[in-house]
Amino acid sequence: REDLWVRGGCILDPEKLFFEERRVADQQRDCGGCILAPGFIDVQINGGFGVDFSQASEDVGSGIALVARRILSHGVTSFCPTLVTSPLEVYHKVLPQIPVKSGGPHGAGVLGVHLEGPFISREKRGAHPEAHLRSFEADAFQDVLATYGGLDNVRIVTLAPELDHSHEVIRALTALGICVSLGHSVADLGTAEKAVQSGATFITHLFNAMLPFHHRDPGIVGLLTSDRLPAGRRIFYGMIADGIHTNPAALRIAHRAHPKGLVLVTDAVPALGLGNGRHTLGQQEVEVDGLTAYVAGTSTLSGSIAPMDTCVRHFLQATGCSVECALEAASLHPAQLLGLEKRKGTLDFGADADFVVLDDSLHVRATYISGELVWQAEEARP
Amino acid sequence: MRRIRGTRRGLLRAGVYIRVLRLRAPRAGRGRAGLLGAGRSGCSRVGGARGFTGLNFLSWKLCVTIMRLVILDNYDLASEWAAKYICNRIIQFRPGQDRYFTLGLPTGSTPLGCYKKLIEYHKNGDLSFKYVKTFNMDEYVGLPRNHPESYHSYMWNNFFKHIDIDPNNAHILDGNATDLQAECDAFEKKIKEAGGIDLFVGGIGPDGHIAFNEPGSSLVSRTRLKTLAMDTILANAKYFDGDLSKVPTMALTVGVGTVMDAREVMILITGAHKAFALYKAIEEGVNHMWTVSAFQQHPRTIFVCDEDATLELRVKTVKYFKGLMHVHNKLVDPLYSMKEGN
Repeated sequence: REDLWVRGGCILDPEKLFFEERRVADQQRDCGGCILAPGFIDVQINGGFGVDFSQASEDVGSGIALVARRILSHGVTSFCPTLVTSPLEVYHKVLPQIPVKSGGPHGAGVLGVHLEGPFISREKRGAHPEAHLRSFEADAFQDVLATYGGLDNVRIVTLAPELDHSHEVIRALTALGICVSLGHSVADLGTAEKAVQSGATFITHLFNAMLPFHHRDPGIVGLLTSDRLPAGRRIFYGMIADGIHTNPAALRIAHRAHPKGLVLVTDAVPALGLGNGRHTLGQQEVEVDGLTAYVAGTSTLSGSIAPMDTCVRHFLQATGCSVECALEAASLHPAQLLGLEKRKGTLDFGADADFVVLDDSLHVRATYISGELVWQAEEARP
Repeated sequence: MRRIRGTRRGLLRAGVYIRVLRLRAPRAGRGRAGLLGAGRSGCSRVGGARGFTGLNFLSWKLCVTIMRLVILDNYDLASEWAAKYICNRIIQFRPGQDRYFTLGLPTGSTPLGCYKKLIEYHKNGDLSFKYVKTFNMDEYVGLPRNHPESYHSYMWNNFFKHIDIDPNNAHILDGNATDLQAECDAFEKKIKEAGGIDLFVGGIGPDGHIAFNEPGSSLVSRTRLKTLAMDTILANAKYFDGDLSKVPTMALTVGVGTVMDAREVMILITGAHKAFALYKAIEEGVNHMWTVSAFQQHPRTIFVCDEDATLELRVKTVKYFKGLMHVHNKLVDPLYSMKEGN
């Protein structure tokens, strides 16, 4: 049992405060023995509460703001709005309207955009519209720039490494500090390993939209235990732990093979937080039924609608791991993936004071950003 | 009047020598001629009929010179007794805005249980450290203040962070000061400015040292820089991953004389590995090779031990003091509380 000290939006070292500044706390808040964990970070979320990030609109900002505010109740304090495969016009219109932004009482912080597509495999497109898929032209990186209309505000790009010229794109993106993720791909293990050697660090929703594990060619899944990765590099992989996208046994296999790389993502669709019925995702229609969303009229899964805290609880229960392990998968690991582990995803001294108050069953009681209370559960309110 | 060997400190005292003399000559009444009736503790076993039974042991105005050896069954009970005693002392002192209770504090594994109990009393609302000033005994030289093994870290993690003491009133020597001797002199000055120490709590090393006053230290020493003895370095190695090269070799420490200046001293001694040191400290003479023995000459000392620490004492000594426990326990029962407005 420890106390958490906060000053100026950052986590403070109380021992230093006591001996050097000779001060005590100005305000004290009793959290009643609840768990204090770093705020969750969602690096793959396509929308929610009726908002679709991939829809070209004049006012993308208010859609982002709405989602940012509503996901506070799920314990998410930072996120990467995700854009699925879309026509050029959508990228050109939407991307400039999603700047990186700090979180606060208005909502969770935007860390940058996750571009999932359009440079992905036709065969493994999943719910992405076929018409807008692309492959790299001869001058691959210029093609990328032309497609997206610029890479400001971009944080993660998901692509299929088996496409020609993918390696120069991966290298160029990595050089710009953009995280490259492998997904929606039919790549074999060798291709995937080369992509990692070129700079890829993430796998988009492991098991989904890629070749299944095969014992003679594990494919992208084999990266979890590959010995061909550059020294000192850790491969991270997103998992949608909603109990639907991945069988719990598969979740356990991945977790046991490489526990330190597991990143919980929601891959939430605009239907998150809405009821059953038909809603829009990208350029397509989806059907929601309980905790499942399908491409309308098919049995193809169309993203998840399980909130992040539900994913954390399901992950904990399915793998039987420790509470710390489950919480790190939703906070520390995504921060490490994005190179932000000094400021986010941790309660270390000097980090941003983004944290959640959880009860013993990991339900969110309150959410804080920069040391300020930004959301509180009904029962907890005075 | 029988002459008592040793010093006279104002009022005649009942010290170890009296006990030892009595044990060698068990006839009741011998050695008490000429002593002030009020100066004795635990006399009810011997010569109770001589008029000490009406004494109020909690009245410090009457009981001025005391040596007690308090023996509890185990570490937890010893820690609890010590914590209760400290708690009662603070509360009875009635500390306030212009009247701070000054406490000297030790580190190491022995006082951990005592600190835990004090924290418990604080968390229950029975004890506040708002008007308490503390002075720690020692600190390593050259160890960064936030090193997990520094005594600053120890005090923060094991005590200060759990209580309501004002950080300005928690004094610990700075082992990284540019002028170490000046730091020591300043510490002595702070103690003086605080009005001296009301109760100095300490431990004992396996080589009989108090604070870092290693064997051979002057018994009238003041706060200063000391080089640690090999025994101490070996004993501390367990806190530095067993690596002797990582253990600091020098420390700043209060002197024996500094602790002797305190109005009252309480020494905590638990565990069989301290038994020989306790024997040397109270059954043998005052000797600078076993610096805790200096407290035989302090007007008010309590040694709080567990059974294991008494293993090297004579059976007679142990039986005698155990027989006095019902008297000693009156000091901690009732346990006072600030809640009741005591």
